[in-house]
Amino acid sequence: MASRLIERYMRGAYLPHIWCAGCGNGIILRDVVQAVDNLRLEKRDTVFVSGIGCSSRAVGYLDFDTLHTTHGRAIAFATGIKMARPELKVIVLTGDGDAAAIGGNHLIHAARRNIDLTVVVLNNNIYGMTGGQFSPTTPIGDFSTTTPYGGIDPDFDIPALAQAAGATYTARGTAYHAAQTTKLIEAAILHEGFSVVECVTTCPTYYGRKNHRGNAVEMLKWQRDNAIPVAQARNLPREALEGKIVYGELWRCQRPEYTRQYAAIIERAGGKKQ
Amino acid sequence: MAEGRRLLLHGNEAVVEGALAAGMRFFAGYPITPSTEIAERCALRLPQVGGRFIQMEDELASMAAVIGASVVGVKAMTATSGPGFSLMQENIGYAALAEIPCVIVDVQRAGPSTGMPTSPSQGDYMQARWGTHGDHPIIVISPSSAQEAYFETIRAFTLSERLRVPVILLMDETVGHLREGVELLDASEAAASDRLARDDAEQAEKPYAVLPGEYVPRLSPFGQGALYNITGLIHDDRGFPTSSKEAADRLCRRIMEKIAMNAGEIERYESRHMEDAQVCVVSFGGTARAVQAAVDAARGDGIRVGLFRPITVWPFPEAALGRICGRVRDIVVAELNGGQMKMEVERVAAGRCRVHHLGRVNGAILTPGEILAAIREVAG
Repeated sequence: MASRLIERYMRGAYLPHIWCAGCGNGIILRDVVQAVDNLRLEKRDTVFVSGIGCSSRAVGYLDFDTLHTTHGRAIAFATGIKMARPELKVIVLTGDGDAAAIGGNHLIHAARRNIDLTVVVLNNNIYGMTGGQFSPTTPIGDFSTTTPYGGIDPDFDIPALAQAAGATYTARGTAYHAAQTTKLIEAAILHEGFSVVECVTTCPTYYGRKNHRGNAVEMLKWQRDNAIPVAQARNLPREALEGKIVYGELWRCQRPEYTRQYAAIIERAGGKKQ
Repeated sequence: MAEGRRLLLHGNEAVVEGALAAGMRFFAGYPITPSTEIAERCALRLPQVGGRFIQMEDELASMAAVIGASVVGVKAMTATSGPGFSLMQENIGYAALAEIPCVIVDVQRAGPSTGMPTSPSQGDYMQARWGTHGDHPIIVISPSSAQEAYFETIRAFTLSERLRVPVILLMDETVGHLREGVELLDASEAAASDRLARDDAEQAEKPYAVLPGEYVPRLSPFGQGALYNITGLIHDDRGFPTSSKEAADRLCRRIMEKIAMNAGEIERYESRHMEDAQVCVVSFGGTARAVQAAVDAARGDGIRVGLFRPITVWPFPEAALGRICGRVRDIVVAELNGGQMKMEVERVAAGRCRVHHLGRVNGAILTPGEILAAIREVAG
């Protein structure tokens, strides 16, 4: 029997989803839906936007207005929606390749503007949809179909990148830590400004297989054993964090939000009476 | 700004005033010569009417933001030139397939590549039609004066909204920077059509289904509770990806047919001195102004020559030009490229008359004198 969350928020006719057995994306999607439920977001006031890749197929399963866009451009489409209708909640579901490679420019510029979007990055450390090529978050030295001798590309720390660019809320969760990840997504949605939650997910089909990480359960157990809460991580030397996942709320600050500032521009230009 | 006024505007400014009169309330763009004045005037004018302007990080993002704004029901536009137009192509295709209304202004400059940024050209004629991948519908309009840029921008919005198709306003540097008196309409006269929408249960269930006898779906804007999906994947009537060959065939044919079935409304051209002409000069955009001067001068010399000027340049006005091809002896195609519209003219002429080309690819314009010389040579 479908859960209450599925009945209330998901398009049952399109389930089961297309993701591989053991993929962590379903867990993250549930976290997103749980956060939406906890916050009692109105469906008609909430728009989900995604790009291209495994992660971006998530929006099709959500019973909201959902915009599945082009590769890398989800944040730019979302920016248009938010600018045109600032009263809408706009949530972007994207992947590591979508957000940090082809869409990296949009990520940093949306962060710079501090426009009120919530970006959930489902990071599986690989290009899954195209069959297992390395992404900007594949750890250096790891294997993929395009790094058959091991990778020489260093990887991005997505929340750090977003923070440096001006994001006012960043966090990291994992597929294993579902309850905590839900809370992080909730906080990001509530935050007024540009927020990024990196959700480290599992891809047993490509990343796991290419790097001998075992099956889906073993990959989740690896997350359990190698994730360090941010408060604890702050007291550890840098070397102790090598190869670990630091999770929790990483950064939060307040800066003027973009669409609110533009509303002031409209007022200044005399357009409010329109 | 007072309405119903005559202003001295250059073509780029006239485009913005036309767009505002048509109800455009969102603009996203990235600076590029020779289109930049459009972004500048939008930045100034949009907040005055409660609209919104954003300067994006590049043209990819600009086109994406325009589609995003249109999805929530706001009339949206962007403007660019050659290199930026190339960058916009992927998302123009998205708008064509997902049927999201939007207007894209391409103020052509000399290319290829970075080319000659401040020099005029009409080298994007074929790109405007076929720049994005796959078979797709598109409408392209090329005005010849600042006044026409104003009116044709309004018409671009009407066609885009009514047919849910991207409309390219194909300007050239000459028209973009040409200052002329422009008569502005008052709001009631200018009112461009709005897209048709429905918000009933059936719409929510099958947003891409069309009503009997219609070709355009009536998608309601996001944010009104219809709760449906939009994708750039081939989709069924419900808006969801499908690999059904039948559904793909139906969709890909319908989006082309909606243009063909409305060809009469889309088509627009000017025909001048063509009643008894033996020679016809085909030209468009800024170049057609020089042609007009040359044709008038040639008429003064007793040469039976006329001008045929497509205003809607895509779809190409093949029926109207076809009638001319059966009547005249020679056609001269005058354009600032290596022969792009000439290919269309030859296709339509199909050997019924001789087709000559007067082109230019060096960033210079064609002068009335050069065109007159070509007319004399052809007329013998």
